[in-house]
Amino acid sequence: MQTPSKISAQGVNVHYGTTQALKDVSVEIAPATVTAFIGPSGCGKSTFLRCLNRMNDTIAGCRVQGRITLDGQDIYAPSVDPVQLRAQVGMVFQKPNPFPKSIYENVAYGPRIHGLARGRVELDEIVEKSLRRAALWGEVKDRLDAPGTGLSGGQQQRLCIARAIATAPEVLLMDEPCSALDPIATAQVEELIDELRATFAVVIVTHSMQQAARVSQKTAFFHLGSLVEFGETGQIFTTPRDPRTESYITGRIG
Amino acid sequence: MTLAAFLLLFLASLAGWAWNRRAAAALWRGGARLHSLPSYHGGTAALAVAVPGLALILVWLALQGAVIDWLLLASLPEAATAALEPGARALLQSEIASLARGQVFGTPEPWKLAAAAHLVALGQTSRALLLGAVALASGLALFAAHRRVAAAFRARQNVERILLGLMIGCALVAIFTTIGIVASLAVESARFFSMVPVTEFLFGTAWEPQIPIRADQVAGAGAFGWLPVILGTVVITAIAVGFAVPVGLLSAVYLNEFASPRLRAVAKPLLEMLAGIPTVVYGFFAVLTVAPALRGFAAGWGIEVAPNTALVAGGVMGIMLIPFIASFADDALAAVPRALRDGSLALGATRAETMTKVLIPAAIPGIAGGVLLAVSRAVGETMIVVMAAGLIARMTINPLDSVTTVTVQIVTLLIGDTSFDNPKTLAAFALGLMLFLVTLAINVLALRLVRKYREIYD
Amino acid sequence: MAHFNPSLLRRRRRNEVVLRSLGFGALALAALMLALLVGSLVSTGWQAFTQTHIRMEFPVTAERVKPDDIAKGNFRALVQDAMQAALPGLPAPEARKLAAMLSNAAQFRLRDAVLADPALIGRTVTLTVPVSDPYDQLAKGQIDRATPEANRRLKDTEVAAFDTLAAEGRVSQPLNWALLTNADSRFPELAGLRGALVGSFYALATCFLLAFPLGIGAAIYLEEFAPKNRLSDIIEININNLAAVPSVVFGLLALAVFLGWFGMPRSSPFVGGLTLALMTLPTIIIATRAALKAVPPSIREAALGIGASRQQVVFHHVLPLAMPGILTGTIIGLAQALGETAPLLLIGMNAFITASPATPFDASTALPTQIFLWADSPERGFAARTSAAILVLLAFLAAMNALAIFLRARFERKW
Repeated sequence: MQTPSKISAQGVNVHYGTTQALKDVSVEIAPATVTAFIGPSGCGKSTFLRCLNRMNDTIAGCRVQGRITLDGQDIYAPSVDPVQLRAQVGMVFQKPNPFPKSIYENVAYGPRIHGLARGRVELDEIVEKSLRRAALWGEVKDRLDAPGTGLSGGQQQRLCIARAIATAPEVLLMDEPCSALDPIATAQVEELIDELRATFAVVIVTHSMQQAARVSQKTAFFHLGSLVEFGETGQIFTTPRDPRTESYITGRIG
Repeated sequence: MTLAAFLLLFLASLAGWAWNRRAAAALWRGGARLHSLPSYHGGTAALAVAVPGLALILVWLALQGAVIDWLLLASLPEAATAALEPGARALLQSEIASLARGQVFGTPEPWKLAAAAHLVALGQTSRALLLGAVALASGLALFAAHRRVAAAFRARQNVERILLGLMIGCALVAIFTTIGIVASLAVESARFFSMVPVTEFLFGTAWEPQIPIRADQVAGAGAFGWLPVILGTVVITAIAVGFAVPVGLLSAVYLNEFASPRLRAVAKPLLEMLAGIPTVVYGFFAVLTVAPALRGFAAGWGIEVAPNTALVAGGVMGIMLIPFIASFADDALAAVPRALRDGSLALGATRAETMTKVLIPAAIPGIAGGVLLAVSRAVGETMIVVMAAGLIARMTINPLDSVTTVTVQIVTLLIGDTSFDNPKTLAAFALGLMLFLVTLAINVLALRLVRKYREIYD
Repeated sequence: MAHFNPSLLRRRRRNEVVLRSLGFGALALAALMLALLVGSLVSTGWQAFTQTHIRMEFPVTAERVKPDDIAKGNFRALVQDAMQAALPGLPAPEARKLAAMLSNAAQFRLRDAVLADPALIGRTVTLTVPVSDPYDQLAKGQIDRATPEANRRLKDTEVAAFDTLAAEGRVSQPLNWALLTNADSRFPELAGLRGALVGSFYALATCFLLAFPLGIGAAIYLEEFAPKNRLSDIIEININNLAAVPSVVFGLLALAVFLGWFGMPRSSPFVGGLTLALMTLPTIIIATRAALKAVPPSIREAALGIGASRQQVVFHHVLPLAMPGILTGTIIGLAQALGETAPLLLIGMNAFITASPATPFDASTALPTQIFLWADSPERGFAARTSAAILVLLAFLAAMNALAIFLRARFERKW
């Protein structure tokens, strides 16, 4: 690997109470790349994703061991404020979850709590830029005061993406972002993911292998809490090294 | 003056908020990368002023009375106070206090007038000192907070830590309430039991708290056996629950299984209305309507009924409990899984059979919990019995007789003069302690039953 | 379908009908009780919403009222003069005795009028004053003229005198605003709820100002931040039990701690409000926790995902969304507190006080304790007034509950 990794995870173990959810996972997330996590449900791919911005901290009884670094800095170090980490590592969830507020307020909330804008004009600029990058600006520019919950499902998810990128993160985590969307909206979001790759390292969890193949450059296959195989997307889908990966992509487990 | 202290504190914390916020915003505009938003720097200052200041005021207000009393007593002429026992001393203090308020009766001795003037002066000094102390503390806190404004200062964490502490304090108020209840009941009961033996209270069969107040008064010697009182409570509770359980349960059954949605939409708010009526209203209803009606009815049959028969108080309390039991039973029945009901119906059982043989047995723990809570309510219910039940304690279980209850005795013993040094007053606290313990035991049992029941079907 | 026993089936059907009618009967019984309760209150209470008045001419003579010391004037005699003048057919001593027909307030009204305008001395003042309670009962048909005189509260001459005045068109029965604007009095025709209303307002305001922030703070901590440990369990069990402690026990607590140990003022709405706050706290905590729980976790995740701190999540997003539910619960809790009587009796809020409290620290009654006081009063007129006071209380409760229902319907969000 020539370019230094954006995120580097080594030997990550996660326990929920007494059950182990992840066993010794090590992954390198490259900058300006889309990395897909695939695997059957319950395999730990979402759990691992939530380790990368410490969202697991909010779950009682969850313990994370191992070392995860962002630009070489340990994100579980005591000096790291998870709140600031999450501004750097944005997240988009499975179900679109806009705040029950106006479209503008949805996008402006992050910049506001992180003090990213000096004044209203700058805030307006950030909101517009984020909505443009999320390919939503044209559809909502005349109704920024309308509630975000009134948008269609696909629009809501793009609003959530705009909201996530408004805090100027370096990495964008997406937890099955299209599972609640129809095919047309899915296509729009996938196109958007491809464009976002220019600026962010994108990590996407998906249950659809076609989607992983379409949008990602790297793919990691998880099974029963372990990372089975990690490599170039093309290689994983055409010449998997592990028999379990092959069974999954040919539809025998899942 | 006290209001001025609160106002001063409020203004000071407002000023602190604005001052720190501006300072932080200036740093930010100067290009510094702040850890926290300026408003959190403001919040730090506001809380740094308000929290200790509020504590100062409250402690001051709590202690100033005792300190002033002590100072006043120390300033009185030696001859006037030396020989006084505590009771007479308290009398003297209240006399001086009323002089200080300007209520002069007759011609008091000059030293009392002087003491009154001294008391007024002490009060003024205390209030002025409080204002000064608040001003000083606010000023110190303001400057201390202002010095902490810096780009790297974790103002948000600081504010959130304080807020979390305040929220924990709020949650602890509930604990302190319980401690307060237990402590006050226990302390006053202990004083009662130092005058009346515990065994007499627990096993005595006579309750005659009318003890002589003056030496020449003709009255009973006083007897403090609580058995007739608790027996009366049991009689009235039994009547109330005996009336409310069938009516409430059958109402719930009908609402749950047979009622049309339209009837449900009418009946549910109707029951809620019954539940929302204050008990003093039920008490008046008992006296105004039910008691004369029952007397008239009984007279028609030639049955002699006591004017304050337990039947009236118990019956009206039963009306009060109907919605309580109905709503518990309704919830319990509704929580039985549909599958159980469908299973029974699919076997060809009628709806009545499904109800009596499947749903009610399955819901029994929930219903029993509700009934127990209703019992605890009936035992602790006060106004209905105060207005409609009797005052004389009798060892009887005849519902036509007049009986008294624990709550009636508590209220009648404490209405009017309440000096904390005679067994008559303190007996109310001993009864209160018993009432608290009995209802607590029933409640714990009931809540456990209800929770167990919920766990089964969740 | 072969071996069905028709008689068994018939019996099973009959059982169904029996259970069904029993259930309906129970429900009907509950409805009947409610109807009886409201009906009996309305039928006795409506009379108190009007008050019989009489118009009288009072000749104010300088002989009875000295212009240089009006306040010491003999207004009682003036009222008797007026009655004597109004009933010329009766011997003077008997007519003067009938001044009792007018409320005790008549002489004070007259005095106030003259004090306000001393030029009235030497002239005749016409005032419309309330009649005293027995005559009010007579005018409202509560005293039956057919009853033998010996068993009647008003003698034949008294009834005749009243009828004479009524025939002259002096008697009127306007709406009884004094019921709301007067403070308490020993005379039913003058007694009003003002002191009780103000006292209840102060007590409820104190209760709200304390219980609302404390309840929300406690609920947020327990629902959003409390670690799952023993202390949290204890607090939780404690709150559930506190909600079921008899109200009279809170009265004992207030009497021993607030009045006894801290020396707070007896009978004051402030102490009443403090006590009610402790009682309302569990209700508000339980309602707030339910409202917080109803906010979907996805909102919390969304805010956390952007980098909001846990407190920012709660205060920026969850709490505002839970507010309608919290307010609904709080209003219902306050409505309960408004009707609470027993603890207020124990701290002496059943005192007889003829002025409405100026501050929350003055002695006062509250609506429910005023009802209790009036219900205990022997005068006939107080029975109607008690019912009327209850109707006023129920109107407030109904308004509060309606507000709660409105809030729930208008702002509750279905997720």
